[in-house]
Amino acid sequence: MTASATHPPHLYPDYKSTILRSPTQPLLLVPDHLRNLRLPVFGESCLGELDNDLTKNARKNGEPIGERIRVFGRVLDESGRPIPNALLEIWQANAAGRYIHKAEIHDAPLDPNFLGAGRVLTNAEGHYSFYTIKPGAYPWGNHYNAWRPNHIHFSVFGHFLDQRLVTQMYFPGDPLFAYDPIFQSTPVQARERLIAQFRMEQTEAEFALAYEFTIVLNGRTQTPFDR
Amino acid sequence: MNPPLLTPSQTVGPFFAYSLTARQYGYDYSSLLDAHLADTNRDKQIILTGRIFDGAGNVVNDAVVEFWQPEPQHPDVIDYPRRPGTFRGFGRLGTGTTADHSFTFTTFKPTATVTGDAPHVNVILMMRGSLRTLYTRLYFADEPEANAHDALLNSIASERRTTLLANQIGVDTYQFDIRLQGENETVFFDL
Ligand SMILES: [Fe+2]
Repeated sequence: MTASATHPPHLYPDYKSTILRSPTQPLLLVPDHLRNLRLPVFGESCLGELDNDLTKNARKNGEPIGERIRVFGRVLDESGRPIPNALLEIWQANAAGRYIHKAEIHDAPLDPNFLGAGRVLTNAEGHYSFYTIKPGAYPWGNHYNAWRPNHIHFSVFGHFLDQRLVTQMYFPGDPLFAYDPIFQSTPVQARERLIAQFRMEQTEAEFALAYEFTIVLNGRTQTPFDR
Repeated sequence: MNPPLLTPSQTVGPFFAYSLTARQYGYDYSSLLDAHLADTNRDKQIILTGRIFDGAGNVVNDAVVEFWQPEPQHPDVIDYPRRPGTFRGFGRLGTGTTADHSFTFTTFKPTATVTGDAPHVNVILMMRGSLRTLYTRLYFADEPEANAHDALLNSIASERRTTLLANQIGVDTYQFDIRLQGENETVFFDL
């Protein structure tokens, strides 16, 4: 019911890549048992020791350059129930706005001590937390002088098939919001949910600033049965 | 307290590989998931392969494809590293590392589920230019009887049903191409 008020449309022509890649036929309504199909559960063994610390998990000869931050929050469903054991996979540009991806050609420096990838599982109350470096803005080829606002990519596994969310977390007050068609593709009333909140009381003195990003996944319209 | 509001979807973008499919693309990071839903040493392996085409007929070389085949024997939790000889049921590949940008998963032929659905694999698709996760299903063209009784297939107009059928192209190999637009546009689900 809230999907069209929350998610971007499949076709958003200002984001040019959607033009040839968005379905043109109406999506098929599916039975609840498909919506309620359980996704795999990822065990604690899936987490490496430094997966939740992007400032440490790729060090070669020193510390990564940039502003150290902690990103934390909860994964909930629409009724406010915490989702434990949700897998969050994370990737981002470095402080200079450069991705390590081989296809990235932006003329900004790589950081030998920063990869920009990590993962975390939520705990029993749905909480997660990781350390990273605040990513920089970067240009892209969508239109003349196009720049992406600072953002961290999230891939989320909740418990059910319709809880397989991929999203991006932005930072408060970014002047590029108004010019970014990916951010702007989001319905206006839902955009602020993509923006993390600065939390002074969660900052760590002499160490890291803190941002809170709550992730809310589809709830259940009926109680699913375990099969 | 008001109930929390759904988090909007955003595109996976072009630069996911060093996180989501690091090993496949040669990055120095671990990968929880790979091309093998079932262990490679198991008997009766099948191969599910395909490509993704955009509205101009070009092959998509920067998609992430996930295959999810729940079976009675799938494990309670996914362990890393994977335990040899076990069925996992979940696989993930990017389409950027093969010359023809195909994806190729190994598994065994799915069984019909307790809901009476025909043998199938759930398909989850993400890519640059897609602002939402796309969902579809792979069914098998060589299971006409089971398919004829499948409620989800039957809810699709007959001329579009074939877009969900994988065709046998070799002894144990099935081809499942995904078309994002145009003639034979794949049926995607409203999830
Ligand atoms: Fe990005």
